[in-house]
Amino acid sequence: MIRLNAKIPEGPLADKWTRYKATQKLVNPANKRKLDIIIVGTGLAGASAAASLGELGFNVSAFCYQDSPRRAHSIAAQGGINAAKNYRNDGDSVYRLFYDTIKGGDYRSREANVYRLAEVSNAIIDQCVAQGVPFAREYGGLLDNRSFGGAQVSRTFYARGQTGQQLLLGAYGALSRQIAKGTVKMFTRSEMLDLVIVDGKARGIITRNLVTGEITRHAAHAVVLATGGYGNAFFLSTNAMGSNGSAIWQAYKKGAFFANPAFVQIHPTCIPVHGDYQSKLTLMSESLRNDGRIWVPKKKEDAEAIRAGKLSSVDIPEEDRDYYLERRYPAFGNLVPRDVASRAAKERCDAGYGVGTGLAVYLDFTDAINRLGKNVIEERYGNLFQMYEKITDENPYKTPMMIYPAIHYTMGGIWVDYELMTTIPGLFAIGEANFSDHGANRLGASALMQGLADGYFVLPYTIQNYLAGEIMTPRISTSLQEFQDAENAISERISRLMSIKGKRTVDQIHREFGMKLWDLVGMGRNKDGLQQALTSFKDMKDEFWGNIRIPGDAAGMNPELEKAGRVADFIELGELMALDALNREESCGGHFREEHQTPEGEAMRHDGKFMYVSAWEYQGKDKEPILHKENIDYEFIKVQVRNYKI
Amino acid sequence: MSLLRYRSEIIKFKEMNFTLKIWRQENARAKGRFETYQLQDISPDCSFLEMLDILNQQLIDKFEKPVCFDHDCREGICGACGLYINGRPHGPDKGITTCQLHMRKFKDGDTIVVEPWRAKPFPVIKDLVVDRSAFDKIIQAGGFISVNTGGVPDANTIPVPRKNADIAMDAAACIGCGACVAACKNASAMLFVAAKVSQFAMLPQGQVEAKERVLKMVQKMDELGFGNCTNTGACEAECPKEISLSHIARMNREYFSATFNA
Repeated sequence: MIRLNAKIPEGPLADKWTRYKATQKLVNPANKRKLDIIIVGTGLAGASAAASLGELGFNVSAFCYQDSPRRAHSIAAQGGINAAKNYRNDGDSVYRLFYDTIKGGDYRSREANVYRLAEVSNAIIDQCVAQGVPFAREYGGLLDNRSFGGAQVSRTFYARGQTGQQLLLGAYGALSRQIAKGTVKMFTRSEMLDLVIVDGKARGIITRNLVTGEITRHAAHAVVLATGGYGNAFFLSTNAMGSNGSAIWQAYKKGAFFANPAFVQIHPTCIPVHGDYQSKLTLMSESLRNDGRIWVPKKKEDAEAIRAGKLSSVDIPEEDRDYYLERRYPAFGNLVPRDVASRAAKERCDAGYGVGTGLAVYLDFTDAINRLGKNVIEERYGNLFQMYEKITDENPYKTPMMIYPAIHYTMGGIWVDYELMTTIPGLFAIGEANFSDHGANRLGASALMQGLADGYFVLPYTIQNYLAGEIMTPRISTSLQEFQDAENAISERISRLMSIKGKRTVDQIHREFGMKLWDLVGMGRNKDGLQQALTSFKDMKDEFWGNIRIPGDAAGMNPELEKAGRVADFIELGELMALDALNREESCGGHFREEHQTPEGEAMRHDGKFMYVSAWEYQGKDKEPILHKENIDYEFIKVQVRNYKI
Repeated sequence: MSLLRYRSEIIKFKEMNFTLKIWRQENARAKGRFETYQLQDISPDCSFLEMLDILNQQLIDKFEKPVCFDHDCREGICGACGLYINGRPHGPDKGITTCQLHMRKFKDGDTIVVEPWRAKPFPVIKDLVVDRSAFDKIIQAGGFISVNTGGVPDANTIPVPRKNADIAMDAAACIGCGACVAACKNASAMLFVAAKVSQFAMLPQGQVEAKERVLKMVQKMDELGFGNCTNTGACEAECPKEISLSHIARMNREYFSATFNA
């Protein structure tokens, strides 16, 4: 078995990154111009990496499926971005941000990576302010902060409820500047369909132009995947409609190991499902838990009456309300991490205390409005309240919001080493597409931090350590046989999809698959369910490849064809998620195996057996992948049972 | 109270029927036309784009080509969606994008006309999908602050008055959807350009390149064929983020001061 080498630098934790930077290989300016880099995806990670590498003088090509790089789904992140600035003087530090992130991830992430993340977090805020990101400020003109789950300090920087938008537009501005200078060539409405490997190294990609249907080859000395997560496998999620796992899935099939596929984040505060025509779920920012209190009725009969429409939230007196997070977790209350809050909501609803459709709990601002006044609440969350009202037709200033957990983020992803390189030389994965920093659960306001850390401050260093060995390699030709073969395979796949002409639409199959994935590989998982999922997904694959109907043709714009390719990959990815969940016989972070819980219903880890990253290696169609284990060694912090009670 | 709520929920779930007149156009070169479709049993809680999803499923069932439209986040922030509905960009509701529009804003039996953005700089690609890359080109002309990664001062080095930061944020809320251009009889992009110019004009970091920025962005806007601003305010009225005309006034000040001091 191959031993996975994470290439973590020697030395004390706080010196590792500094030491790495001091000793890594660099590429001189004259050689940078001769080296080509492909970046797929233009969200926070992709746009910041493309801009930074373009500034350094590399020859960059960037790709996105949207009509503009400004629309990547990072834009939808609402609440904020963490950094260890300690501007509040409330006891924050790089070490504390590192510690909270490791603990929040339920001790399943690498110390060295997470420490580096905390270390560069401050530089991100500096960079964004210099770019003109309009962060929230206090009356004295200095930057404001708010609190997020899993932390006891206020370290989250924000721009109203649109932090992701502002950070992405900052990165998009930097990227646009490089496009104008000619260091970055931008390909919009282009979807990567395959990775090309030449002599064991990643050397290019095959794309489909989503307007003309044209299949094109692109070559480079290195390829960077910044294509986000695979939460849309579930059909209903908070992801954008086009977010997909196809680029990382093709990389997996070409030899990149896939790490911790079962680690999926379910966000506790989303607008509940309300109809079978629904296309996506909308998140209500975690920041709302700063001021909102979560509750359900204490008495089952009250919950039943609310569900039947005979009572409403205001009819329930204070003493009959169960603020279950405050009851169960007095130290963190409504600000427990996401996985804990999600499971607690599910537990109450499963026990029959849910409101609305039965799969919803209240998020109530009455106390905060009474304490601070409506104006303050409006200032803090105005756009979120408006968004809620537009969707549900209810006014959250008057009646409490109803919320329920939904699929939001994937901690799992392509396995990368400390340099963010995958198991394929020359192939890098950054942002949500990799698995590296969040362990089994990501803390709020940490996705933006990781995306920008990877793109601005980590990859531009580490990729040079690889490219320094490529300065003698001339420009890669797209006429190589490997490109021809990859293009042929893609064209064949598309023809096959178009020729099925079955009875069911892509959405019908995706919805059915997504529901199964949610039921069997969602918030609560058990052995029987996971085995059932594995059998069932095999049947779904047959159903898909035998009965899908795609109208129109492959030349020209065809959204049904785009979706079909993504769903075909999602079904396979779902199988790997189930397999990983079955293997991991413990509960940790977002992965909850019902067989492994304490009498109080808390997740129970088995550190002796599962203190490792599962890295899966593809073995071919219909063959079981091989599991490689990267042991996680905690040298610097003491592993504990996660406790948010005291 | 409780009874009223119960009743309103019953009314809320009554399903609706619509007649849709939708612009269909095979590609940029083909001639377009309106097609009429009947749609039954739509929930008022269904979003406008979900209603189109339902229509598309029915079209595919009949072996017909589904209607193409741009959309992605479906929560009003990515700016991808944009339909001209009954003569208004993003439809009849205020302060929202097409994906945030819900069918409860229409009446049972309504006829709804759906068109793409109509503006020369935004050519139709297919059906309701248009090419808005002109907006990217305007940003590339100068819609940024020229700082490289690294080597910047600590974020709290320069205090920014809160009022200014708030105005900058109001402007920065632009999602680049193009509704302002579609709403304008001259297809002017003034509100879009002004939003970016104004954001940086309000921040100390934006001052260094202020003059050059406004001149280059306005020049690029003209070059790409966007029309002139005649202060009718249609853009502000239809902007899903309710970006104020005052930003255009600020851009004009920036522009004149840059011209006279050049």
